[in-house]
Amino acid sequence: MSNWQKNPILTIEHMTMRFGGLVAVNDLSFDVGRKDITALIGPNGAGKTTVFNCITGFYKPTEGRLSMNRNSGQEYLLERMPDFEIAQKAGIARTFQNIRLFGGMTVLENLMVAQHNTLMDASLFTFGGIFGISSFKNAEKQAIENAKSWLERIDLIDRADDPAADLPYGAQRRLEIARAMCTEPEILCLDEPAAGLNPNESNQLNQLLHKIREEFGTSILLIEHDMSVVMEISDHVIVLDYGEKISDGTPDFVKNDPHVIAAYLGVEDEEIEAVEEEVKKEKSS
Amino acid sequence: MSSSSNINYMAAIKDAVIAGAISLALFGTMIGLKIEVSNQGLDILHRWDAVGIAVAIVVTGRFLMSVFVWQTQNPVTDKIAALIPDIKIDAGSEKYVKIAVVVFAFALPFILLSIFGARGSRQYVDLGILVLTYVMLGWGLNIVVGLAGLLDLGYVAFYAVGAYSYALLAAHFDLGFWICLPLAGILAGFWGVILGFPVLRLRGDYLAIVTLAFGEIIRVVLLNWYEFTGGPDGLSRIPRPTFFGLEFTRKEGFADFFGLDYSSIHRIIYMYLLILILALITNFVTMRLRKLPVGRAWEALREDEIACRSLGINTRNTKLSAFAIGATFGGFAGSFFATRQGFISPESFTFIESAVILAIVVLGGLGSQLGVVIASIVLIGGFEFFREFEEYRMLVFGLLMVLIMIWRPRGLISGRIPSVYLKEKKTVSADLVAEGEG
Repeated sequence: MSNWQKNPILTIEHMTMRFGGLVAVNDLSFDVGRKDITALIGPNGAGKTTVFNCITGFYKPTEGRLSMNRNSGQEYLLERMPDFEIAQKAGIARTFQNIRLFGGMTVLENLMVAQHNTLMDASLFTFGGIFGISSFKNAEKQAIENAKSWLERIDLIDRADDPAADLPYGAQRRLEIARAMCTEPEILCLDEPAAGLNPNESNQLNQLLHKIREEFGTSILLIEHDMSVVMEISDHVIVLDYGEKISDGTPDFVKNDPHVIAAYLGVEDEEIEAVEEEVKKEKSS
Repeated sequence: MSSSSNINYMAAIKDAVIAGAISLALFGTMIGLKIEVSNQGLDILHRWDAVGIAVAIVVTGRFLMSVFVWQTQNPVTDKIAALIPDIKIDAGSEKYVKIAVVVFAFALPFILLSIFGARGSRQYVDLGILVLTYVMLGWGLNIVVGLAGLLDLGYVAFYAVGAYSYALLAAHFDLGFWICLPLAGILAGFWGVILGFPVLRLRGDYLAIVTLAFGEIIRVVLLNWYEFTGGPDGLSRIPRPTFFGLEFTRKEGFADFFGLDYSSIHRIIYMYLLILILALITNFVTMRLRKLPVGRAWEALREDEIACRSLGINTRNTKLSAFAIGATFGGFAGSFFATRQGFISPESFTFIESAVILAIVVLGGLGSQLGVVIASIVLIGGFEFFREFEEYRMLVFGLLMVLIMIWRPRGLISGRIPSVYLKEKKTVSADLVAEGEG
């Protein structure tokens, strides 16, 4: 039995998302294993980002149950929580397909904003902070140290005081990941982290993700188009097409699955029929 | 090769004549004919001389524009644009500039007193009070518009709530200025939250419209609730502030206690110092808040609201706190306004006030505290200074604002100073800073 079945951190059951008449995600169920790197792949328009938006609370799924099982054993039903609480309490952080940094703020400030909730508590909801109580000062020092250690990990320590919008594209991607990690999540959701990166940068990204998993034990869920990245780093791959799951398993299993090949490469009509028959046979047997 | 040889005078003249013909057609009826009521009924009055002047202005203006702006390599407009200061405060010297400004502000009434004497300096100190009131309002609104990026067109509502709170509390409960001041701030902050709730989901234009309506609602209520607010008659005999219990009266007041000769300038200078301190408190608190998580969340909200939510920031509370704190300072300024005037009516809290305060914030440079000071001095000081020109001053200032916004779209002081730094505090260029979608 695979890790994601034995020890899931996130379980999605029968999730459907409808926008008016359009069914973006249809009756989708899958598990995300604890400390696994799970990849969500599929052709354009398959509904991958919609799944992400449902998990992180930006959309409320029309149907279904999304349960987050934190390392502490606490369980959260994500479909009932507003987006900011999912990040704050359920421990799920995300990045965006089109990078969303705070461009006019410095790199360091971006990482400080990510530690908002910790600092807010330390400042006694601003009332203590305004009088400069020492516990807040200590918390802030610690937050800066934490930010510094992340800047070292993503190799941006020399640019800490530059505005985030001035960074090159690859660095912005890394900063966004570091910012998400500063919220101390248990699942990190990455929406196409390798998009627009050159082979060298995408290699660096792989290393960063491995480092994150080893050092912090964070489970990673990612959407990716770059197959070399997916096959190399992921433990578990889920394939979507037209809002439905067509394959789910290890990278090797998925790579050889005829449904996946059909969805990605396209096939002759006869072949589809042949595959469908095969599937029917499988089901009946 | 001289630049004058490039200018095609014939084309410029042709262009000017066409413009003249168009303006003649337009002004011929618009300016040339005027209907007047006479004994027989209505009379048509011909004013061809006025039409002639208008057309002449257009023709020469068009000709000068083509020769000096459109056809030359270095147009005069660029030279004028260079005259408008683009003040870039670098993060290092910023501190000294601020200290110098504060010291000068404290010394100003005494300098004026020594130059113009007790009688002559009164109008200048009064003008100083007015400018400082707008500085304080600008700083208060800067929290909402400059930091949190929420466009608020009804800020004057909180100013009104503060002023009426003080006037009514003083009249009904016989409370003094120093007790009413915090109460007025709290009540205004409370109304800030009330406004905040319905507008939380709105952004951009919609937010602007709702805040505008809110400002008008408050004014209309004040105007029509006659039994409570006195309606258009306003509220008068609002008590003046005391100096540790000493009143500024001819007998047994401030002057007697300190053994000074009584002079009305004492109260004016006291008022000046009072609003200066109130404004500085506003500034101090704002600057402090910017370095706290709530202030950073405001700025992050202005940059990208969706990213904020993905980081676990409660955007609802963050927006409400910006509205509430901005409104609180508006309330303080309002109660000061009430005690200075001694009389308030809904007329003082019209939409144009909101527009002026917003203009100060935008002209100064969104989020810039020093910019608000400069813009208040230029706008409010300029308004009062050109009082003789009455009907033209609005025209002149409207034009001035348009020009400044064309040449300095991000305000007089652009650039953002980071709230925290590792090695070096570098000013962030204004082009990178988002203006906020709300």
